[in-house]
Amino acid sequence: MMNTKAVLDPYFAESFRATLSGANSELDALRESAFRTFESLGLPSPRNEEWKYTDISSIFRSEWRMLKPAATEIGVDAMSILKRFKADRNGLAALNLAFADIKVMTIPADTRLAEPIEIDLSAAEDEMSAPHVIVIAEPGSSSTIVETYRSSGRGLTNSAMQIVVGDNASVTHYRVQNDDTAAFSYGITEATLGRDSRYDATSIELGCSISRHDIDVRFTAEGGEAWVDGLYMLSGSQHHDTHSCIDHAVPNCISHQRYKGVLDGRSRGVFNGKVFVRENAHGTDAQQQNKNLLLSNEARVDTKPQLEIFNDDVKCSHGATVGQLEDEELFYLLTRGLPEPLARNLLTYGFAEEIINKIGVGSIKGELDAMVLNRLGTAI
Amino acid sequence: MLLEVRNLHAGIDGKEILKGLNLQVNKGEVHAIMGPNGSGKSTLSKVLAGHPAYEVMSGEVLYEGKDLLEMEPDERARDGVFMAFQYPVEVPGVSNSQFLRLAYNEKMKHVGGEELDPLEFNDYLKEKAKIVEMDPQFFKRSVNEGFSGGEKKRNEILQMAVLEPKLAILDETDSGLDIDALRIVAEGVNKLRNENNAIILVTHYQRLLNYIKPDIVHVLANGKIVKEGGKDLALELEEKGYDWVKAASI
Ligand SMILES: Nc1ncnc2c1ncn2[C@@H]1O[C@H](COP(=O)(O)OP(=O)(O)OP(=O)(O)O)[C@@H](O)[C@H]1O
Ligand SMILES: [Mg+2]
Repeated sequence: MMNTKAVLDPYFAESFRATLSGANSELDALRESAFRTFESLGLPSPRNEEWKYTDISSIFRSEWRMLKPAATEIGVDAMSILKRFKADRNGLAALNLAFADIKVMTIPADTRLAEPIEIDLSAAEDEMSAPHVIVIAEPGSSSTIVETYRSSGRGLTNSAMQIVVGDNASVTHYRVQNDDTAAFSYGITEATLGRDSRYDATSIELGCSISRHDIDVRFTAEGGEAWVDGLYMLSGSQHHDTHSCIDHAVPNCISHQRYKGVLDGRSRGVFNGKVFVRENAHGTDAQQQNKNLLLSNEARVDTKPQLEIFNDDVKCSHGATVGQLEDEELFYLLTRGLPEPLARNLLTYGFAEEIINKIGVGSIKGELDAMVLNRLGTAI
Repeated sequence: MLLEVRNLHAGIDGKEILKGLNLQVNKGEVHAIMGPNGSGKSTLSKVLAGHPAYEVMSGEVLYEGKDLLEMEPDERARDGVFMAFQYPVEVPGVSNSQFLRLAYNEKMKHVGGEELDPLEFNDYLKEKAKIVEMDPQFFKRSVNEGFSGGEKKRNEILQMAVLEPKLAILDETDSGLDIDALRIVAEGVNKLRNENNAIILVTHYQRLLNYIKPDIVHVLANGKIVKEGGKDLALELEEKGYDWVKAASI
């Protein structure tokens, strides 16, 4: 078990050769370089500081079916975005790029999409998928992207989403991970924001046995504003880890982060929120908040804000809480006749609802409401 | 008799606050409880509602002949006991209408009445809101969250209107209300008053009692009822303060 790398390398290597199409030498070269990165990094392990609390070794005790990626046209813009993907962040990211099943979506300049774009990235039973979606939101465009995971078996998704928000463009991004509780998921979101653009992300994590989401938001020009919100709701022996990284690389940008966790059973949550404010990034406003509700004595959460601020002219705040339901709120509901289990569920629902309420697409909000209530075993 | 409190000793964190309190309330009556700050009025309200942090050291409370202290707070509520909080609690993320419908339906289950679906309940709620002249925009908002002090108090009486309790304990519902709101809320309470229910009004101001005429005024001081009288007692207290009753009771 200790040396998964040695056991798995030949296995991945064999599957890897099949991904090379020969049709696109630039892409093949990128894949090969990513695969070499994977070979040198190996799979992430708790020995890496970044993976301290998330041990994925159990996932790789069994073999996964790797799919040959479908052939796609990749334009010049998409290729340069793909080259910027941080495949060296860890072995899984490198594997994603090596096996990437690439989809490119372009929202034309100054276009307002009335309907959300839905992307389903569920993996099939015993399959390790490596979807890699590139969204190019051209200047002045406005769109909503819904990324969903609803695998019904023990699949493994190792996904990546690169979103480039052009100048004056706006992207609303909902990520809903409601995989089977036997499934595994690792997802990377990399968003870059142009001048005066906005990116509004909400990530909901409900399923999987072990899941992790890395979300990086980088401001590349002034005037950008980002909302990076999320909810993880865990029970049983589920494990979820969110690592966010907001990079204020330029002046006068605003970021809001609000993550909430609801943890029941023996579940375990991890939230690590990095905020970088670079030397020249004056006028930065960066807020971060992580609130956790523990519903059982055995549930546990590790939350860590990590602010690295190299400029004085900034407004930054962060706060992390871990607590139980408020006794006074509970008593209030009891005095109105709600039986205690219902009162507890209603308060938990209310806690989660603060994140779900911001979802602007009615059908998704309704579905999430239902998922949360279903998780609580309550009809409201 | 609807409520009978006999020689009640109760407190919190080992500190005795109610020190032998007696109170008898019949159906159809309105009782006012007045008394200095810290005398134990909210303690009494919370003990009657069943707050788990308060402990009853001795004494009895009978509600419709049943041992109220044996009942859980939610059972008491479904059985018709209601307390309007001096400081209503905010419940983020739960809408007022959702919350009220759940509470209403729980009560209906208990009394064998008809439960309402969201649409039916909305109509019911609109009717009830008229009693306290509450704007329906408050239905969608989270319970008490961001409500002004006065709006919270009005919301408490809306809840009372929805749940139609047999025994309502209103803990300083008048404080924080502006002059018009006080009249509206008081008239609302009067509309909810009937021969089958009883109301205990905890208040500091006799002005409320101009609107809601009490049958009996009790003065609570240092954990005990030290004086009882008719409506005029409130006027007398307003004029003279509490020192004379406290002095007289020793
Ligand atoms: N947790 C506690 N520990 C110790 N003393 C407490 C605690 N909670 C309340 N008390 C005390 O109990 C006494 C009675 O409080 P209570 O709230 O019942 O008074 P009240 O009559 O409602 O006053 P007011 O008119 O100000 O609302 C007060 O002296 C208060 O400080
Ligand atoms: Mg009080």
